[in-house]
Amino acid sequence: MADPLLSVKNLSRRFGGIVATDDLSLDVVRGELHAIIGPNGAGKTTLISQLTGQLQPNSGSIHFAGRDVTRLPAYRRSALGLARSFQITSLLKDFTAIDNVALAAQAHDGHSFRFWGNARKELHLRKAAMAAMERVGLGQRAESIVSELSHGEQRELELAVALASKPQMLVLDEPMAGLGVTESARMVKLLRELRREVTIVLVEHDMDAVFALADRITVLVYGRVIACDVPAAIRQNPEVRRAYLGDQQVVTHHG
Amino acid sequence: MTVMFNVRSVVWALVIVSLMLLPLYSSVSGNIFILTLFTRIVIFALAAVSLNLIMGYGGMMSFGHAAYLGIGGYAVGILAYEGIGSGFIQWPVALLASALFALVIGALSLRTRGVYFIMITLAFAQMAYYIASGMARYGGDDGLTIYKRSDFGGLINLSDRTQFYYVCLACLFGGIYLVWRIVNSRFGLVVQGVRSNEQRMEAIGFHANRYRLVCFVISGMMCGLAGALLATNTDFVSPSIMYWTRSGDLMVMVILGGIGSLFGPVIGTILFLVLEESLSQVTEFSGIIIGPLLLLIVLFARGGIDGWLGRLRRG
Ligand SMILES: Nc1ncnc2c1ncn2[C@@H]1O[C@H](COP(=O)(O)OP(=O)(O)OP(=O)(O)O)[C@@H](O)[C@H]1O
Ligand SMILES: [Mg+2]
Repeated sequence: MADPLLSVKNLSRRFGGIVATDDLSLDVVRGELHAIIGPNGAGKTTLISQLTGQLQPNSGSIHFAGRDVTRLPAYRRSALGLARSFQITSLLKDFTAIDNVALAAQAHDGHSFRFWGNARKELHLRKAAMAAMERVGLGQRAESIVSELSHGEQRELELAVALASKPQMLVLDEPMAGLGVTESARMVKLLRELRREVTIVLVEHDMDAVFALADRITVLVYGRVIACDVPAAIRQNPEVRRAYLGDQQVVTHHG
Repeated sequence: MTVMFNVRSVVWALVIVSLMLLPLYSSVSGNIFILTLFTRIVIFALAAVSLNLIMGYGGMMSFGHAAYLGIGGYAVGILAYEGIGSGFIQWPVALLASALFALVIGALSLRTRGVYFIMITLAFAQMAYYIASGMARYGGDDGLTIYKRSDFGGLINLSDRTQFYYVCLACLFGGIYLVWRIVNSRFGLVVQGVRSNEQRMEAIGFHANRYRLVCFVISGMMCGLAGALLATNTDFVSPSIMYWTRSGDLMVMVILGGIGSLFGPVIGTILFLVLEESLSQVTEFSGIIIGPLLLLIVLFARGGIDGWLGRLRRG
């Protein structure tokens, strides 16, 4: 497997006494859907935040598309084509849904030191935003204020925002958290389409979805990688079964 | 077709028309005082509009905005004192000096958030206040009298009361128009996005603080212009114009009228200064009335007076 798009080496991050990321190494190959699973508190979100730049590691390195991005701020990584969604929905709550998405398109369409023209009348931005909205099934809700959207719609909007920047890699933190059965099914279908276009790192507690979608799965426990393999092998891995899969108690669904 | 119009638009149209016709009323009625008062109101409204740009749209609670009043005022005053009377030099210098000050203060204080930002902008403004007090050549604590108003060739005569009022009014309307354009521009959406959710904006690719800083500078320049007008209006500039209570007044004007509303700061300023003026005839502690009034508005009329007007509808 040549050409890793993302390469993480010996990453560590502590919070006081807790080691949330423990000497973690990981490669994500261009074109794959790489799932990361692990019990609550395993350090999945912490890892993602270091990948996309919300959090700085204590040590180790992150390379993306051949560049060392370990110390780059989040906005620079976004410019390189790294987009994320947040486990706890993080949107512009007082903006309309389409404004949220159009801003992501705007961020990747030259600089925004333009003070005069009406940004909402820039057709190419609106069109790009609308396309992303329709993709996630939110076409009808474009003009709604985000705070008036349902939880499920906000989760879909998170994804539309990430898509609108036309990223090389999508990093999704539990996109299905709190979704109902039909919404989950729709999300799985959407991810199945998207994986053909973009490299995806998917953190998810929904095991059916993970095993149906992933090319490879990395299992995290206490900030360490205990296994990284194709789904069939992960299912058989005795250590994984012992630490995680066998004990269904810890596989909680959020919401 | 039914025409829907709300109370807010009606009030706004009335305010704008009244402001435009005020000199006429003043000369017909012979009431010069009202023109003087409203010149002052219009100037402070411009300052409030500029503060609202960073406070309301940018979410930056600057507690040092009066510093720009002083910087704009002193730029005009000092140049006049040194014999440079041309407005074409004085006014650009006033704007430039304000921009420079905002750039430095912004670059330093925008690293902080919340209460720290409030405190650090306050501290810098107080610093400017003490520096002005120490400028012995320019009157120090006693301030600097401007013996000759800026000379704009034959273009306008600032010494003419009516002309000067209309210059101030044009600056105010120009400022509001500018804010309106900015707020709906790419830049404005980014600044408001950062106010709403900074982490999200950084994650989609915006360097939040760079946009904040530029917004801070634009606002500072606008307030510097108000400072130049204010000094011209009184033919005088002193450190007291930069005192922290002045910054507080500006914040009150914005919150009273409606933070983050285009016209709100204007009505906030009118109310504040008219109240202050009328109460000063009765008591020297006008704060006793204005303080509780502000509290009521914050508690019961979210979005200030403009927000409250917006909720009153009639068909
Ligand atoms: N900002 C923080 N400060 C202190 N401790 C933190 C912080 N963020 C995370 N932690 C701790 O680091 C560990 C990993 O947390 P993290 O949120 O990354 O887990 P997770 O795998 O995403 O869990 P979940 O499945 O519940 O989302 C936990 O023990 C958590 O309490
Ligand atoms: Mg998590």
